[in-house]
Amino acid sequence: MKLVAENVSWKVQGRTLLENVSLSIAAGETFGLIGPNGSGKTTLLRLFAGLQKPKAGRIRIAGQDMARMRQRDIARSVALVEQQANTAERISVHQAVSLGRTPFLSPFQPWSEEDEAIVSRALADVGMQSMAERLWHTLSGGERQRAHIARALAQEPCVLLLDEPTNHLDIRHQLSILQLVRQLPITVVIALHDLNQAMECDRIGVIEDGHLVDLGTPRQVLTCRRLRQTFGVHADILEDPAGPGQIMRFRQAV
Amino acid sequence: MSKASVLTPWPRFQGRGHWFWLTPLLLFSAIMAGTAIGETSISIETVLKVLANRLLGADYPVDRIDAGIIWSYRLSRAVVAACCGAGLALAGVVLQALLRNPLADPYLMGISAGASTGAVLVAVAGFGGGVVTLSAGAMVGAIAAFGLVVILAYGASDSRGGGTQASSAIILAGIAGSSLFNALTAFIIARSASAEQARGIMFWLMGNLSGIRWDNALLAVPTALGGLLVCLWYRQTLDAFTFGNDSAASMGIAVRRVRGILILTVALMTAVMVSMVGAIGFVGLVIPHAMRFLTGSRHTRLVPASALAGAVFLIGADVVSRILVTGQVLPIGVVTALVGAPVFALILIRGARSR
Repeated sequence: MKLVAENVSWKVQGRTLLENVSLSIAAGETFGLIGPNGSGKTTLLRLFAGLQKPKAGRIRIAGQDMARMRQRDIARSVALVEQQANTAERISVHQAVSLGRTPFLSPFQPWSEEDEAIVSRALADVGMQSMAERLWHTLSGGERQRAHIARALAQEPCVLLLDEPTNHLDIRHQLSILQLVRQLPITVVIALHDLNQAMECDRIGVIEDGHLVDLGTPRQVLTCRRLRQTFGVHADILEDPAGPGQIMRFRQAV
Repeated sequence: MSKASVLTPWPRFQGRGHWFWLTPLLLFSAIMAGTAIGETSISIETVLKVLANRLLGADYPVDRIDAGIIWSYRLSRAVVAACCGAGLALAGVVLQALLRNPLADPYLMGISAGASTGAVLVAVAGFGGGVVTLSAGAMVGAIAAFGLVVILAYGASDSRGGGTQASSAIILAGIAGSSLFNALTAFIIARSASAEQARGIMFWLMGNLSGIRWDNALLAVPTALGGLLVCLWYRQTLDAFTFGNDSAASMGIAVRRVRGILILTVALMTAVMVSMVGAIGFVGLVIPHAMRFLTGSRHTRLVPASALAGAVFLIGADVVSRILVTGQVLPIGVVTALVGAPVFALILIRGARSR
């Protein structure tokens, strides 16, 4: 499903967080959003998820204006994994993942076998079947993040939005989550801090002070000049001797 | 591990089916017990006979005084106690889920403070010129206070665009509103109440079911049933708030609308209950927590379980308040707090160990 932002702006208390962002993400694409802290990545993801309506411009999903869609209909095609969503409730992993079926349930459409099968599949996709009955507060950070992704997958979305999903995870879990996300046959928009991880995306958008300043393949976008200008670091970009990619070697802050 | 398995919700309460036939049976037994036990004990047999005479048109011979006590005094009282208990517990469930705050309770939004101000205005300051009843005054006060708190919360959260701030804005606005109305109550009492009036108001505020008759039940039953239906209707929605407002919205919940409907519902329900029986504490706080331990956090079970437990608990508390001190009726709020506080402490300690 194609996801399009048309001249989108977002302001809060007179401060502009996003200005005139236009962006088109193709169906099935893995799209990376990068930018320094506070540049507007999370805001853009929130607009894409329909949590907020843009102050100006439009978000379209499969051609439809999101501002005119019901929250429930948006949630049937777009799922969001937030940066830190936690709970003090005593719920099991299975129950947490089951919440993903919410947009498909109603008082007249109770939990069905099909919902159960979808939840099992989502748990299997993130490799958590064996942890289904574990209680939430006993999970590690990586396990919680994977459970959130399973919850989002249980929504059977066409578009999956991830806000820095690898934050606070050890390297093994970082890689396994990115691998999982890349394999998904759906549109994925992922905000990332680790620029080497962004290298693995199909395309990258760079956000700086609420403006989309660059857009293209990782090779086109991640240049020494860009790293200096937007991220304020001196870096060398090296060809990976072990494969087709590139590696960034950060030297020092500007 | 054995400790953990003790602390996980009881599996036999988790199965479906058990509930549905157990619920009316438990409720009926509690109401029967509430009707039979009192300063003059009446046998269950007599109670059933009176019920059969009244409801089924039977013609058993029973003592007329007993029949009078049972029908017009104790039964109506047990029914209203059940409704209030259920209503307050449901309000607690909803607010704790929506605001994601374990300390949220039905009085959070200034409702009890507003009700007491309204009651004091009528009883002490002579507001309404004797035409307005204490209950009506309490009701108006409760709704006024709630309105103020909502406006305050709205003003405090609107600029940030909802999200997590909105929840804390409601809690803070509730504290501000409660303080204001409590101060107004104290001011009115200090200015114009006699010691006797002050004592009466104190008694009313701690909860009192002694004035309850059938016309109260006519208001309490539909209110509690209506509240229960709304909560059951939104049971899946309440689950969706587990990870917060944004998470609920991303799962398709129209957060602002749903939160408005639910908070308004529980506020009205609480206002109706408080205006009849006074501000009975601890039910709305303790019952939902206790039920989470028994049935888990899913609202499909938590909502009916809390309503039932609240109803049974308040009938029990009412019975205890009548028989604990011979010749004197204790305020029911004293009983709920005396039982509720230790139970709550126990739950907190057990909860902390299971973390």
